Amino acid sequence: MSAELEFRPKMLGIVCNWCCYGGADLCGVSRFQYPPFIRLVRVMCSGRVDLAHILRAFANGMDAVFVGGCHINDCHYVTEGNYDAIAMVEVCRELLRRIGLRPERLRLEWVSAGEGIRFAGIMNEYAAQVQKLGPLGQAEGEGLDQAELRLRLEAATRLVPFARLALTGRLRPGVRTEEAYRRFFAGEEFRRLFDELVGDRLAVSRILLLLRERPRSTAELAARLGWSASEVSRHVKSSSKQGLVRFDVARGCYSLAGG
Amino acid sequence: MNKAPDTDGFGDVMVVGGGISGIQAALDLATAGFKVFLVEKSPTIGGKMAQLDKTFPTNDCSMCIESPKFIECDRHPNIEILTYTEVERVEGRAGDFRVTLAKKPRYVLQDRCSGCTTCVSYCPVPVPDPFNQKLSSNKAVHIYFAQAIPLVPYIDENCLYLKEGKCRICEAVCQKDAIDFNQVPERVEVRVGAVVLCPGYDAFDPGPRNDYGYGKFPNVVTSLDFERLLCATGPHEGEILRPSDGRHPHRIAWIHCVGSRQVTPGGHGYCSSVCCTYIQKQVILTKDHDDEAQCTIFHNDIRSYGKDFERFYQRAEKLPGIRFVRSYVSVGREIPETRNVTIRYATDDRGVQEEEFDLVVLGVGLSPPKDARRLADLFGLELDEHGFCRTDPTNAMRTTRPGVLVSGAFQGPMDIPESVITASGAGSLVGELLDRRRGRLARERVYPPERDVSQEEPRVGVYVCHCGANIGRIVDVPSTVEYALGLPNVVHAEESLFICSTEAAQRLATSIKEKGLNRVVVAACTPRTHEPLFRDTLREAGINQYYFDMANIREHCSWVHSREKEAATRKAQDIIRMSVARACHLESLQEFRLPVDKRALVVGGGLSGMTAALSIARQGHEVWLVEKEPELGGMARRLHTTLEGLDVQAYLQDVVRQVYRNPSVHVLTGAAILETAGYVGNFATRVRAQGREVEIRHGATVIAVGADEYRPTEYRYGEDPRVLTQLELEGKLAADDPQLADVRSVVMIQCVGCRQEDRNYCARLCCGQAVKNALQLKRRNPATDVYVLFRDMRTYGFREDYYREAADRHVRFVRWEPEDRPEVEPATEEGRPVLRVSVPDPILGQRLALDADLVVLSAAVVPAATSQDVSRQFKVATGPDGFFQEAHVKLRPVDFAADGVFLCGTAHYPKHIAEAVSQAYGAAGRAVTLLSQDTVVASGSICRVEERDCVACGACIQACTYGAIEFHDTARGRKARVNAVLCKGDGLCNTKCPTGAIALLHYTDEELLSQIDAAAAEPARAT
Repeated sequence: MSAELEFRPKMLGIVCNWCCYGGADLCGVSRFQYPPFIRLVRVMCSGRVDLAHILRAFANGMDAVFVGGCHINDCHYVTEGNYDAIAMVEVCRELLRRIGLRPERLRLEWVSAGEGIRFAGIMNEYAAQVQKLGPLGQAEGEGLDQAELRLRLEAATRLVPFARLALTGRLRPGVRTEEAYRRFFAGEEFRRLFDELVGDRLAVSRILLLLRERPRSTAELAARLGWSASEVSRHVKSSSKQGLVRFDVARGCYSLAGG
Repeated sequence: MNKAPDTDGFGDVMVVGGGISGIQAALDLATAGFKVFLVEKSPTIGGKMAQLDKTFPTNDCSMCIESPKFIECDRHPNIEILTYTEVERVEGRAGDFRVTLAKKPRYVLQDRCSGCTTCVSYCPVPVPDPFNQKLSSNKAVHIYFAQAIPLVPYIDENCLYLKEGKCRICEAVCQKDAIDFNQVPERVEVRVGAVVLCPGYDAFDPGPRNDYGYGKFPNVVTSLDFERLLCATGPHEGEILRPSDGRHPHRIAWIHCVGSRQVTPGGHGYCSSVCCTYIQKQVILTKDHDDEAQCTIFHNDIRSYGKDFERFYQRAEKLPGIRFVRSYVSVGREIPETRNVTIRYATDDRGVQEEEFDLVVLGVGLSPPKDARRLADLFGLELDEHGFCRTDPTNAMRTTRPGVLVSGAFQGPMDIPESVITASGAGSLVGELLDRRRGRLARERVYPPERDVSQEEPRVGVYVCHCGANIGRIVDVPSTVEYALGLPNVVHAEESLFICSTEAAQRLATSIKEKGLNRVVVAACTPRTHEPLFRDTLREAGINQYYFDMANIREHCSWVHSREKEAATRKAQDIIRMSVARACHLESLQEFRLPVDKRALVVGGGLSGMTAALSIARQGHEVWLVEKEPELGGMARRLHTTLEGLDVQAYLQDVVRQVYRNPSVHVLTGAAILETAGYVGNFATRVRAQGREVEIRHGATVIAVGADEYRPTEYRYGEDPRVLTQLELEGKLAADDPQLADVRSVVMIQCVGCRQEDRNYCARLCCGQAVKNALQLKRRNPATDVYVLFRDMRTYGFREDYYREAADRHVRFVRWEPEDRPEVEPATEEGRPVLRVSVPDPILGQRLALDADLVVLSAAVVPAATSQDVSRQFKVATGPDGFFQEAHVKLRPVDFAADGVFLCGTAHYPKHIAEAVSQAYGAAGRAVTLLSQDTVVASGSICRVEERDCVACGACIQACTYGAIEFHDTARGRKARVNAVLCKGDGLCNTKCPTGAIALLHYTDEELLSQIDAAAAEPARAT
């Protein structure tokens, strides 16, 4: 039976109480139907949703994560947490991209408490999109086995404190308008800052996790990570300077400094 | 439904009419310590607002924002709701009314019915559904609408048994024996000190005159019919289908002013005030439903006079496929084959045309309630010439009968926020009258002491609700209960037909005690409406209310996966597993009570500020009234008369005198606010006045800083002394200034400084002001030529009468478009120096030249110069136009989002004196509901810092724009600390803290991650 063969993704939604949860309620009240793949977690504000929550969901094998908040300027709080949600989600999507996962696996939408039909529309469309993507790690361009997936997600999770600091510092636009946020996160400046504040650390984090398994040469690391030897070399040298790794001259391998 | 009805009949206030205005009046009064009877003639509270699809200009879902107020009324220990009940007799006087009420039989016993609606499914008699404007059918026994309070069906006159003595199927199928055909009308006598009348309005009925074919052509509907067509709970579940053939109409026409602005028999002379904007809303929503729709709006003046209405109009106008056509239209005909309807109209450039539409929507106005006459006779009060309630010209809540107040649209046409404002205002006036009785009949609930369970292992109880068939038909409830029993820490699980019923709540409380539960999960509907109910039940059972979690298996499961029963059952089990995991991590939290300082601060000593101060003072509170000018009075000092003929100066002097005579009002003039700090119930404000500084402690703040008149730079203002503003002309008229002696011709220009890019709003009162001054000029000398050059005359409501009077007195109204403005040039005409005003004449196609001795500019109203400072000091927001921003445009129009701070007068938006005064009473009423409390309760779900982990980076402080987090010094150095009172519990700081030192209680990482982990875990085996 085709129904059994059909991929039924696991999806997690983290939605704010005031708008998106209300929209999901109204969707129910209006009896709009959508596939039964998603499970919702309620928070008070989409600005409460943390990188750690999302990465944990993926580490648990969720195929997609949905974050739902109030429309811009409709936040229930004067802190306007939905702007923080944009920044967090954009950074998280970039993190996913860097560890070889499709950024579409994380989606942010605004749904007001009056938009039941919109909630249903998004659920239907997103479910179909994730079904097309396939299980986590197996979409086109992903191709990661379970072990590799776990390793990469762990590397990303270790970065959470740094990403948080970056998000409160330079990794966000100066002006709070939707347009400014859209432009900032689509721009080159964001990518440059991401590299500087998060990206390089992520690379190091991935190298350290590989070295945790056993010492490896630059070439081995480059092959495993799919990066150029010079790039790997740049990261291991800076890690070596910070005292995180050491070079074993005899074997021509890098290993963890503490190991 | 969980409170025992009081039958002793003693109360403080009776509110007649359970629409939004009555609901607000009842809630304010009950919270302020009065026992309220809320009497509604239909089977549920809710009124017209419940029938609307969305509300302008935010397009919020109307029912979603209104229905939580239903529940609030239902639960309030001081409100007794009497639906399906009418007033029969009123005796006595202010302070002691005896009212006889007649309760119609519902034939359904309210305390037995569980609202399962089995009777409805079995009833064989279809009837047109009154809630859906008879566009769809319901049954002779039905619940009025899904959110009805009480949620109990009633049997209407179409019932076969009532008509012919047969059937009784409902009686047979009811498992609760709740059907009772022996019910008879019941008389109840209640004693109250005051009455608030809020009977609302009736939509104008175009039926009797067959306006535009209504009643003859099926595809001509009223705007209220169209609201239901738009609505997801409407006759076609939100699909717009036309009545004749159930097809989607693509060419839709709206006709403005149906029944309004008409002096023909059967129509109303006044403007209904709300139709222009609700039609724009319907156009926007129609385009949301069908982006191919072609919408044509036949209109007269577009009256976008309210806050944000101008932008809303622009939004509608800019949509593709929308045409706004300024034209009167005439009766169309129906095309027999298609049943389409034609409309004849005329435009300046193309003359008379006839056009065909698939559907025609009549923008019907607001009529006085059908039973207005009866109500007036019962309560011994007068109606006005339009059939609405006659009110005091300086106080729109006062009727001609002492002790009987009026709020909402029975005062005259108004929209939702004004209905809410006047409700709170009527509440304040009742408070003035009955202050000594406050709190005598009011009850407070007493809960048993809480058992400390913090050292116990979690013992979770899971209650799975069938919700009648709503959940049970889709989700396999018995196997879900079995499943729940197999989850870690679950010691008890059971099913319930309706867990929200009074009976089930009691059983829940008992089983918490008997089974020694310390965590409760209810798997039922949404926590957004029902969490407070169950938290309350936990308190009744003696455990902390935060040990509760709700698994939403209805809105998020059975209702949205109704075609996949097995998958829905698995999902329900997953949701419960997540809830149980979370419940195990929940902590006991204390809501704390903060004392309320009983004094108030009113900022601004204009009419609004003084009125608010007086009303608060008359309810036993000390008030500080702070005014920056050396004298009280504000803008009213420059006004002399109103359109309705009020002597403003005499009125103002009287109010100022009352302020100075009231020993509880402390006036500080020439005052500047230096600083304000604190939070709801406990503010401290430093003020410098006349060289000395005082610190005022107060529990509530009212912002009434007013607005300013725009200083024009246009039309030679300031260059030529013959160019004045309307306020200046008003001053000269009052003083009989010699400049007016030889004036033969006056030209007034509207919309000076507003309705333009940099001030994209309508200043609301200038049209009325121009008509007022024009009439004054005509009364002085009928030979004076007066021209009003306007864009849209916005004499909304009863002001329309004066607009008509001005036209009758030969004031000439000439319309201009913003692309081609009037111009003013000095000139000489037959030796007389004049100002030559030229304005394009669209009919003649050339410019009209008018020679004037005076040019009078209707200058905009702009936000007060101090408003930005006030906004910063009091941490309250201003909107895009610089006026102060209320907490919710519809339902919290005088509250700020910041608790304990209230708003009134032109600081909110330009408004006429009577409107400002109503709002001032509204703000006073809201402030007193707070000040009459001894304490305020703050949520336990706030942030807490684990000092050991805090590295004092300040990221949380930067994130919290509430200013709730500060550094303080400890033995281990500087650490962040949360001020529990200022923390609003959004949890933003949690995601900023690099060390995880700060946590939002009730939404901690531990709690959220446990849910996230449980979401992924493969279902455990049920034992």
